Amino acid sequence: MTTLDITSSSDATSTGAAVLSFTDLEVTFGTEFGDVHAVKGVSLEVRPGEVVALVGESGSGKSVTSTTALGLLPANARVSGTVRVGDKVVGELDQAGLRTMRGNDIAMVFQEPMTALNPVLTIGDQLTEALQLHGIAYGKQAMARAADLLRMVGIPEPERRLKQYPHELSGGQRQRVVIAMAISCDPKVIVADEPTTALDVTVQADILDLLRSLKDKLDTGILLITHNMGVVADMADRVAVMLRGDLVETGTAEQVLTNPQHEYTKKLLGAVPHLGEGVGQAEVAAGQASEPGRVKPALALDNLVIEYHRLGKPAFRAVDDVSFTVGPGEIVGLVGESGSGKSTIGKCALGLIPAVSGGVRILGEDYAALGKKQLKALRRRIGVVFQDPAASINPRFPVGEAIAEPLAVHQVGDAASRHDRVLELLDAVELPRSFYNRYPHELSGGQRQRVSIARALTLEPELLVADEPTSALDVSVQASVLELFTSLQQRFGFACLFVSHDLAVIDLLAHKVVVLQDGRIVEQGDRDTVLRNPREDYTKRLLAAAPVPDPAEQRQRREDRHRLLAELGDEVVELRVGG
Amino acid sequence: MTDLQTPPAQEKSYSQGQLVRMRFFRHRGAIVAMVVLAVIVLVAFTSIGIGPIPGWWDKVPEAPYEKIGTGAPTWEHPFGQDTIGKDYFALVMLGTQKSLIIAFGVGVISTLIGTVVGAVAGYFRGWLESLLMRLTDLLLVIPLLVLAAVLGKMASAWGIWGLTIVLGIVLWTSLARLVRGEMLSLRERDFVVAATAVGTGSGRIIFKHILPNAIGTIIVSATLTISSAILLETSLSYLGYGVQAPDTSLGLLISDYQTAFTTRPWLFWWPGLMILAIALTVNFIGDGLRDAFDPRQNRTKA
Repeated sequence: MTTLDITSSSDATSTGAAVLSFTDLEVTFGTEFGDVHAVKGVSLEVRPGEVVALVGESGSGKSVTSTTALGLLPANARVSGTVRVGDKVVGELDQAGLRTMRGNDIAMVFQEPMTALNPVLTIGDQLTEALQLHGIAYGKQAMARAADLLRMVGIPEPERRLKQYPHELSGGQRQRVVIAMAISCDPKVIVADEPTTALDVTVQADILDLLRSLKDKLDTGILLITHNMGVVADMADRVAVMLRGDLVETGTAEQVLTNPQHEYTKKLLGAVPHLGEGVGQAEVAAGQASEPGRVKPALALDNLVIEYHRLGKPAFRAVDDVSFTVGPGEIVGLVGESGSGKSTIGKCALGLIPAVSGGVRILGEDYAALGKKQLKALRRRIGVVFQDPAASINPRFPVGEAIAEPLAVHQVGDAASRHDRVLELLDAVELPRSFYNRYPHELSGGQRQRVSIARALTLEPELLVADEPTSALDVSVQASVLELFTSLQQRFGFACLFVSHDLAVIDLLAHKVVVLQDGRIVEQGDRDTVLRNPREDYTKRLLAAAPVPDPAEQRQRREDRHRLLAELGDEVVELRVGG
Repeated sequence: MTDLQTPPAQEKSYSQGQLVRMRFFRHRGAIVAMVVLAVIVLVAFTSIGIGPIPGWWDKVPEAPYEKIGTGAPTWEHPFGQDTIGKDYFALVMLGTQKSLIIAFGVGVISTLIGTVVGAVAGYFRGWLESLLMRLTDLLLVIPLLVLAAVLGKMASAWGIWGLTIVLGIVLWTSLARLVRGEMLSLRERDFVVAATAVGTGSGRIIFKHILPNAIGTIIVSATLTISSAILLETSLSYLGYGVQAPDTSLGLLISDYQTAFTTRPWLFWWPGLMILAIALTVNFIGDGLRDAFDPRQNRTKA
């Protein structure tokens, strides 16, 4: 095995031998509907201490490309071209050879740390497994090494953590454990497949800091797969853009992000919502909010408290003393990290969860005081859009029937008028009328979300609750869905409670912003006040952690964030070697 | 290089039902089984006719005929003759008819009961669920054969229909548990929450939104219930608690002629073969349906 020269290649443009290289890689999947050509001739190299970002939308073949490096493709895949990891050619290895290579030469960091870790094994068991399999350390020694690894990735009290199970750790800590597992056998290259997509923005910033120090201190090559241009700007030395299985553009991060050549790259970058550019974009979103006090608010929360009952434990207070109002025709953005109670408030506004105390008044009515009939009548005036369009449309209903369902439930009109209404709505959400008889599984994510928006608007609601409606979508799709959303809001003038974790999206749409943390309101007010001149530390942190798709600006923001963390008395996360 | 990327879904629109049908028809074992079962059903009902309608077979099961030799199968009597000279083909066909009626009747009744109990328990939760599921548990802990035997004896006055209803009443439990499990996971799905938020009533949510999504489980379980019903009926009739003379069934035929096994083996083999054929084909069809509804799942018997 070649020993890497660790001292020479600390800068990004090092000429060291590639630790991972793809040459003319092609992958075809045989499916029951014929062949799918997923990767069409990709050539790419990752050198030691270098981060290469593979960017593209879902279905572009970026994950397939990276899995070939570990030889983990399913049995129906046919691969041609060469993939080299260090001095090994992946295609020529037998099963034993592949097993030795995985972990020793190449390791993987997965998107979803909860599913990447086995829930019935302790952290210690999972960390030592790789060490023992590859004969690096056994028994007590392996445990000690595992504790060292946890310490390296910045997990406090590693000895105690080793005995814990994955569910006892937070999302960010779990992802650190996954990273610790990846570096446990000192691989030359790490494939990180959307390592921060499932994480909150502040946690994402921490994990990116950790990965960055990893390549600096261990000189590992990283193949970073992501769709987030902000993450690319933050991390990557070089960028490769994939479109439907082809590499359309490669270059340094500076080049690609600031001066893109290919049409598709330009489109992709143009679609990224920029935090802080909301003022210019505000024109689009400026549905005139009517003055408060004059009319009944669409949604009024008054000292709302919501608790979840748990077996054998005291109730969990998910929402604590929250008060705000959504005026008619007004979009209120509800921002917070996971677990902040934002979706719970959304559900409560839909009358799906009862409040423990405090008042929820919707369109002037109180849920608690309503009978069954009145409740149904009230629900007619509320629409809802969920995060995952794949889950929120009944897979057994064709599109037309799904959109017409609210009409059928409330017995509005006859078959012909319902049909007309559906066609009208398909036009409104810019879907072809021929989709009427299509099934949800035949549609792309963006199209499905349009269907679900159309369904929410079927009864012309006065209040719309949108729970992360764009976070399951690709960035260019997100841009068009958001544009549609704003134009629909102007046209129909509904009030909207817009729940999101993405500050840039909120910046684009909302008139008012409410920032939540742990079920409490941290800060609320006009969008400009909250997002431009935040008063609270938490809001500042959130804003500082959101990456922007410009390498120079992002570097500046990163330094600013580190300074802010220092001011607030926090440490910057980094790999602690020999600590 | 040709572009093979075009997603197939864009070329032609398939509903989920169509996809399931396409996958089912590609399952060779299931297709063969379906053809065999269709032939059995067709022959059983057309040969000797149903009730007053006469069939194409020129002999009746009730009357004895002149015995040819020992009564072994001949061209005149393809399944042979019994001890007193009755045409055994006609008898077996009559038994197959009754057994099939019982099996499919049980399949329909137990599926209806099981689905409704499971759906109501899984959707409404609370005391209703406790009540229904404890009832299910109660039925499950009593040995099936004993329960069916006692109830079967009581219902024997109403002929095979009584037995059908009784078997239907004891066989729904496993389906109820399966449907309840499906309900528990489906009711948390976003599309159900979305339907609730629109103001959809419980009945519509259960029958229009949730159950169609559980149809795979229900159909597969129904076919497997049919095959276990035919075996249960056979065992009961053999033990003397099932179908009573003058009605007949495949199990009763075996029981009636068990003493003749060494001297006239065909009297045992023909009804035995029919039972085997029906149970096997129904199981194969069930397997094919299971694969068709869930393409990710490999063919493993539960």
